[in-house]
Amino acid sequence: MTRLIPTLAGFTLAAGLGLSAAAQDDPVKAAFVYVGSIGDFGWTYEHNESRLAVEEHFGDAVETSYVENVPEGADAERVMTQMALAGADIIFTTSFGYMDATNNVAAKFPDVKFEHATGYRRDHPNVSTYSARFYEGRAVIGHIAGHMTESNIVGYIASYPIPEVIRGINSAYLHAKAVNPDVDFRVVWVFTWFDPAVEAEAAQALIDQGADVIMQHTDSTAPMTVMAEAGVIGFGQASDMAAFAPAPRVASIIDNWAPYYIDRVQAVIDGTWESTDTWDGIAPGMVELGEMTDAIPADVRASAQAIAESIAAGDYHPFTGPIARQDGTLWLDVGEVADDGTMLGMDFYVEGLSGEIPN
Amino acid sequence: MGIDPVTLAFWLIVAATPILLAGLGELVVERAGVLNLGVEGMMITGAVCGFIAAVHSGSPVLGFLAAALAGAALALLFGVLTQILLANQVASGLALTLFGLGLSALLGIGYSGISPPPVPRLDLPGLSDLPVLGRILFSHDAMVYLSVAAVAAIAWALRATRWGLILRAVGENPGAAHALGYKVVRIRLLAILFGGALAGLGGAYLSLVRVPQWTEGMTAGAGWIALAMVVFSGWKPWRLLLGAWLFGGVTAAQLRFQAQGIPVPAELLSMSPYVITILVLVLISSGRGMAGAPAALGRPFHATG
Repeated sequence: MTRLIPTLAGFTLAAGLGLSAAAQDDPVKAAFVYVGSIGDFGWTYEHNESRLAVEEHFGDAVETSYVENVPEGADAERVMTQMALAGADIIFTTSFGYMDATNNVAAKFPDVKFEHATGYRRDHPNVSTYSARFYEGRAVIGHIAGHMTESNIVGYIASYPIPEVIRGINSAYLHAKAVNPDVDFRVVWVFTWFDPAVEAEAAQALIDQGADVIMQHTDSTAPMTVMAEAGVIGFGQASDMAAFAPAPRVASIIDNWAPYYIDRVQAVIDGTWESTDTWDGIAPGMVELGEMTDAIPADVRASAQAIAESIAAGDYHPFTGPIARQDGTLWLDVGEVADDGTMLGMDFYVEGLSGEIPN
Repeated sequence: MGIDPVTLAFWLIVAATPILLAGLGELVVERAGVLNLGVEGMMITGAVCGFIAAVHSGSPVLGFLAAALAGAALALLFGVLTQILLANQVASGLALTLFGLGLSALLGIGYSGISPPPVPRLDLPGLSDLPVLGRILFSHDAMVYLSVAAVAAIAWALRATRWGLILRAVGENPGAAHALGYKVVRIRLLAILFGGALAGLGGAYLSLVRVPQWTEGMTAGAGWIALAMVVFSGWKPWRLLLGAWLFGGVTAAQLRFQAQGIPVPAELLSMSPYVITILVLVLISSGRGMAGAPAALGRPFHATG
């Protein structure tokens, strides 16, 4: 039943777009499909901020539209089809779960450009993929978490068991463990990107189990509210979540899609758009680190900053060997760094993490 | 560190209360023969209105009052459409959910990242000091007691009072009720208003106690779960309480199992609230014959004679 709602919303909005579709020399139309609501102050919020940056940058030359709360699955396909029919020139589909839908619809509309966030399938020449190297940011906050935890229990609210999320857990754990060999990560899978009540409950469960630092890979700020009440700390995810600074939010990983979106829309205008695969990190600014607050000791802030800088400079890769897999087999030899292919398909925990990754 | 059953039991009641309140309201509406699929929309409108009122007044009580009023106001819209203008109930209910989601997003602009005034826990003298039970049952906020009291009151009213009999008659056979001189439309409208108010309260419980903050779309399907729960409870208030607490309990428990690192596959744990709740409710209903839906559920009534 829930699925009906966004679909109806999608139809209404797309129908509205259809009415405004007109002559050939129209402005370039960029459409965005969002998995959550633009008011989540996390993942979708940042995509929408970047959409607004596109409008700001191009003014009247570009028209943008979006549909929010689109479930991953058949509904997403309908929403994308409506957008394409309504004359969109480029469609950004901003969730991993839109992968099949994006490629299916792209096959039917070869003249429309599709940009799929965090996926890896580019079945057609009009599909590009893009993502951010969030694991670089996770390395920095993992370092902070390792230093800050006194109970040595770090809670981790995970959404779905996909490579992006697993990468983040591994990266954070490795860097926490590097500074605190006794650290233990407790991962709770909530199987949703956005459900404030469940996210809050997961945070509460972790706190009840003794976690005093919590990381989240879900989209709402609900865990922050629980952390504030319990006096534990955490990190802004996807968005700065500055309303919760200086604590519980002591630092944050911010996704900044604006430069990429502006680039890609410009390419459509110039007629130079090509299918590409982009995976940018801290260096080009797709992953930003929010201000570290005074709740973190100065020396930890400095060492965290140093890690961020060496990643940005290309001197350090968060996955540098020796690293073993959870089962004890060697993954990366001394000094070896992970290749993108393995990272993109990462389906294993590194040594030291407990628990199993769900299927 | 093991899972503390007392803490778990305490949180399961908190987790269940929004669904229980909304479900209870819908149960009364459906017993009157009306299917209102707008629960999610009324909940989220209650959540935002309750939050706004509580933040500005500093009083959670006023917040809950505002939430009940907002839920009822939205329900009135549905009532006018379906009872007076005889619009289709399913379509009107769905539209109400869409409307509620949009309206709440609009009203809630600027209220993200604010903390509402805390809802005090109501300690009951003597009872709250009892070992174990005191913590689980008797150290909650007033809304939890109110929701349980409402279950008892509604169960009793439906079973043993004249009012309950009339409401059920309207839901089973509106034609006969009309012939006996009862105002079917008026009774149904009152039931719809009551359902809206309880849905609003359920939403406000999310934004004022359960999370507590305002986030757009924060009900995230709770209204639909409440709707399903009404059906699986066989339209019986006590079974609804059982279902809601079971659902809340298994949700709270599975997250804690994961947090503790118990080696049970997370995907199994994650689906367990739905599976176990449905299974238990179906099993307890199957033995003594499922009560079945009110006979006139979802059918419009127009007294043309």
